[in-house]
Amino acid sequence: MIETRFHGRGGQGAVTSAELLALAAIQEGKFAQAFPSFGPERRGAPVLAFSRVDEEQIRLRSQIYDPDVILVLDSSLLDILDVTDGLKEGGTLIVNSNLPMKELASRFHFEGNLWAVDATRIARECLGRPITNTTMLGALLRATGIVDIESVSEPLRHRFGLIAAKNEKALRAAYEKVEKEEIRP
Amino acid sequence: MSKRVGMEVSIAVSEAVKLADVDIVAAYPITPQTHIVEHLSELVADGDLDAEFVCVESEHSAMSAVVGSSAAGARSFTATASQGLALMHEILFIASSMRLPIVMVVANRALSSPLSIWNDHSDIMASRDCGWIQYFVENGQESFDHVLIAFRVAEDPAVSLPAIINLDGFVLSHVIEPHILLDEEEVARYLPPFRPVSRLDPDHPVTMGDFATPEFYLEVKKAQEAALRDSRAVIDRGWKEFAELTGRQYQAVETYKADGAEVLLLAMGALGETASVAIDRMRERGLSVGLVKLRLWRPFPAEDLRQALGDARKIVVLDRAISFGAATNPVAAEVAGLLYDAEPRPRIFNMVIGLGGRDVRVEDFEAILEKALGEDSAPGPVGEYELIGVRE
Repeated sequence: MIETRFHGRGGQGAVTSAELLALAAIQEGKFAQAFPSFGPERRGAPVLAFSRVDEEQIRLRSQIYDPDVILVLDSSLLDILDVTDGLKEGGTLIVNSNLPMKELASRFHFEGNLWAVDATRIARECLGRPITNTTMLGALLRATGIVDIESVSEPLRHRFGLIAAKNEKALRAAYEKVEKEEIRP
Repeated sequence: MSKRVGMEVSIAVSEAVKLADVDIVAAYPITPQTHIVEHLSELVADGDLDAEFVCVESEHSAMSAVVGSSAAGARSFTATASQGLALMHEILFIASSMRLPIVMVVANRALSSPLSIWNDHSDIMASRDCGWIQYFVENGQESFDHVLIAFRVAEDPAVSLPAIINLDGFVLSHVIEPHILLDEEEVARYLPPFRPVSRLDPDHPVTMGDFATPEFYLEVKKAQEAALRDSRAVIDRGWKEFAELTGRQYQAVETYKADGAEVLLLAMGALGETASVAIDRMRERGLSVGLVKLRLWRPFPAEDLRQALGDARKIVVLDRAISFGAATNPVAAEVAGLLYDAEPRPRIFNMVIGLGGRDVRVEDFEAILEKALGEDSAPGPVGEYELIGVRE
């Protein structure tokens, strides 16, 4: 089972990222869950979402405390919380950041892989607005391979209708551009 | 259809309501509401469901509206949660006394105050004695399936009673997960059109919900109570025929690795799934623990539960509501009553857990069960219970 925690700010679509991942996994015949961290919904406030993907039926219904993968949609969150809290050893952190990789990597002290992409820039170019949920999902798919990138097309169409193509373009751009750096404590 | 489709549990529930081809949905659309009626309003607006969507100004009115529509012979559905159920309270009793087969989904949530939008069973336990058939489901698939099962049973002429499907708020209602849906043809084989025992019809006048003097009230209540108890046979048949259609077999009480267990954990609703993971882990460690899940709350499956609890010397009963000032909490009270004359009488550990959305983890179940394993099976202090995870 692969457990992922999504960090974003209200309005950026962290919940949608989690949902699209789960829908794509179910489309592939896997079992999956996606759910938000339920709370007062305020635009701009830090929010969490979660997903689980497994080959077998999932019986866990608690929140996720020690994820395999952590996705951060908004780099300003790095200044106010420890986004790596609970990350499994050897886990994967994927961050939306425009910092040079070495500079970004120096901020972390976990054992695992850091992936980064300037998703805000890609989202502005492809969507005309800095909503990074689908863009960062592209980075996540490349970093983890939880589902095949082709499996996301149908959930994207269902969710975004006329603007699905733009979102898919952003997703594929991040998939290509995301970079990896190993982190050792 | 056997392909699993990913969708939010609330959306799956509304797809089941659509497949049941309801005539009326009456609902209050604002908090505490779920996506269930939101999606139903879309289905009606888009012409995908040929029904009246009655958008009312309160849950009291929502329940009053479906009482009227059901009495007129229309298949009627509503959904609510928390304070919404509390506001319906008065009319819940009228629906069951008038023997109206309304189906309602309650996405169980805490009651104010302090204001909480999160999950527990305080809402339904406060309306426990409303005379409705009451199911507790533990995942999205059961939620979807039980909409169809509930209508089928409720509308059976031998039953003619309303039914509540309790599904845990947020923990189920807001989760995206896989569901196996049914198609219209399959549903048509399972759920016949609604043919009310009697209905309001200007050409054939009847009186419903009449005035009863002391000479009559008692007999009416006796008949109502008998109908709810006797509904059990129809519920079992409903589950059996649903299994014949889909292969998914439901029972009033289910056990998981319970045979010969020294300690049994009794759970209702979505907690059952997470608890089963704890049982697996502890069994792997060689510990003698098992799980009993209560799916049917009313009519209470006393015989089944007694059998399922078997010879266990210690039983951990989970409650997700506090019965303030009572001898014990709602589920534990039921189990204690059931086992009063058991020989030898097992010890009951009553644990109140997951109130107001406090997360319940596998580790919580393991800690509870380990504690029970370490205790004596002699009866504990009267009314003893523990609030799990409370900060002192």
